[in-house]
Amino acid sequence: MVLIASAPTFSHGVHPADQKARSATEPIGRMPFVREYSVPLRQHIGAASEPIVAVGDIVQRGQLIAKRASFVSTNQHAPVTGRVKAIETRPHPSGVSVRAIVIESDPFSSQQMGASGPRSDQALADSVSDAGIVGMGGAAFPAHVKLSVPEGRTVDTLLMNGCECEPYLTCDHRIMLEHPTAVLEGTAMIQTALGAKASVIGVEQNKSDAADVLRAASKGSVSVAQVAVKYPQGAEKMLIKAVLGREVPVGKLPLDVGVVVHNVGTAFAVHEAVRLGKPLIERVVTVSGPAVSQPRNLWVPIGTPICDLLAFVGLDQLDQYIVISGGPMMGQAQKNLQAPVVKGMSGILVFPAAHQATKEYPCIRCGRCLDACPMFLNPTRLWLLTRNRDIEALNQHHVQACFECGSCSYVCPSHIPLVHAIRMGKKLVREAQV
Amino acid sequence: MGMSIFLMLGLALVFGTILSVAHRFLHVDEDPRIDTVADMLPGSNCGACGEPGCRAFAEKLVSAAAQPAGCSVSATEQVDEIAAFLGVDAGERVKLVARLHCGGGRGLALNAAEYSGMSTCGAAALVNGGNKACEWGCLGLADCQVACTFDAIQMNERLLPVVHPDLCTACGDCVVACPKDLFTLEPISQPLLVQCKAPTTGEAARAVCTVACDGCGRCVADAGEGVMVMEQGLPVIVQPLLTSRSATFRCPSGAIAWVEGSQFAFEAMEV
Repeated sequence: MVLIASAPTFSHGVHPADQKARSATEPIGRMPFVREYSVPLRQHIGAASEPIVAVGDIVQRGQLIAKRASFVSTNQHAPVTGRVKAIETRPHPSGVSVRAIVIESDPFSSQQMGASGPRSDQALADSVSDAGIVGMGGAAFPAHVKLSVPEGRTVDTLLMNGCECEPYLTCDHRIMLEHPTAVLEGTAMIQTALGAKASVIGVEQNKSDAADVLRAASKGSVSVAQVAVKYPQGAEKMLIKAVLGREVPVGKLPLDVGVVVHNVGTAFAVHEAVRLGKPLIERVVTVSGPAVSQPRNLWVPIGTPICDLLAFVGLDQLDQYIVISGGPMMGQAQKNLQAPVVKGMSGILVFPAAHQATKEYPCIRCGRCLDACPMFLNPTRLWLLTRNRDIEALNQHHVQACFECGSCSYVCPSHIPLVHAIRMGKKLVREAQV
Repeated sequence: MGMSIFLMLGLALVFGTILSVAHRFLHVDEDPRIDTVADMLPGSNCGACGEPGCRAFAEKLVSAAAQPAGCSVSATEQVDEIAAFLGVDAGERVKLVARLHCGGGRGLALNAAEYSGMSTCGAAALVNGGNKACEWGCLGLADCQVACTFDAIQMNERLLPVVHPDLCTACGDCVVACPKDLFTLEPISQPLLVQCKAPTTGEAARAVCTVACDGCGRCVADAGEGVMVMEQGLPVIVQPLLTSRSATFRCPSGAIAWVEGSQFAFEAMEV
């Protein structure tokens, strides 16, 4: 009999089938250049970037085309050499059209990056801000904001998030496997910038090959913590609990317990920006799902229309599918596939249209959603309170603590769209505060 | 037994004395007209006048900080009655009505996806902006009908809200309820209406909705000098055009509508 020591984790959560084997073994490929790119001026949390090019301008791949408008905002760079065709309102994966810089690619260009050497002479936050890097885990929070510690605060541990707990997605897994030294160097840079005493990379046990590669490459400079395979292990509060045993209080940030969490993909992008001077003009996107015959990871230039990406993996007749950007648990269904790949998009999943939503039944008070919620909220109560528009009670039940992981909807035997209702409730509370 | 009766009577005497003294010395004189005016107001507490409720509006009326016509719910006779009672001018009364800036109901505007989930517009708008191909269009799940206190809104067969002009009191609840911000309050005497909010132009607009404004600008040219201007692909009415329908004549889609009375109708439709 073999005894397996259980890996550290958090309380509650769910165990969806991970579906990762479909795309985890194939090396990252490269998406060829297409005819037209649309770079939205808002791909991040914060203010929209301000364009600094005009219609008709010729832009080089990697050239700055829009500047950040405030501290919480990002720069945007041309993903391709070509001509600025328009600056206009274009579809966006969020469903709300935003202004975008549309670039028609030059079919005869070699698509070499413009000359820009390493940028190790300036502060890391400045290099990262120049390169337009956002958190690559999905929320797309401008990365430079999380590289400067506010005065009077200290960070003792930098936690790198290599969990990738969403089913199907393997982009972080492949980056850790293929570029361990870049991830580790990026981590070291971020650690120095934050003044953290230690850095830990948290990796789920289903990616032990990546953990081994990182451990071997780090030679002990960074510790690699294996955590249990459970959803949502990659949520920063859950990861902090699992690896460091600290609990981030409701309404507080990881910084309040002396921790900053970055994604491993962000560390890779930081390394590219500093060592090679390469801005964030492409990212790894997992293209997977039951309708994709050969699921794989691809380097995709930012701004590539989703329909072109799907055409490249052999999918046409797109009205027969349900397309989701991001993971199946937290991702968003897409209705307009002209929308481009953006900086925070970790995956494109395609399901046959037969995967329809199941019929909703009344709540049977089984309490499974309470056992699933990693924030120890009461999803079914929040659902009722939202339906009754009881804003005061929603606040008392900490509706704002929900980070919409979707575990409650996943376990609900009555197929109640709980997290959808809670999002609605969060919106009601926000509107009432204004 | 006897003891406790005396004790209770004693307490009643003491507190009664305190209350009568307080009533004498802490008395606040309230204008009795406030009660009368509050009774004359409709009592629906809808908030259309900008006050928290009818009594607050009555206080404003009595202190001459507001005019009786500020109540959009009262009928003209009621307003005149209040004005006569207070001996003030009734004020100018503009009958406003809620108008929807979208005409793309079922069968007219394309759906890009199927939506299943909470059956409210607010919830549908959270999922990639709703299931319509046009992200600015009416979602048709009746949040406005639910919000309307006066039963002035009913959804028709095309899933568009029919606002009954006589019942609509311009309280503005539907304006707040609509997640797409499609309602505005317009004077009922102003029949010219832009029934589209999509800033897209040309083929992009026509491809998703048969009644979309594609930004051709004919209405602006036809309306006459200074009546309408084009802003971000949509015509904007600068000054009210009350008599001439010229702006609507050449509109290719009917997005520029001439609306007298109810904006949409209940129509028999095969689904």
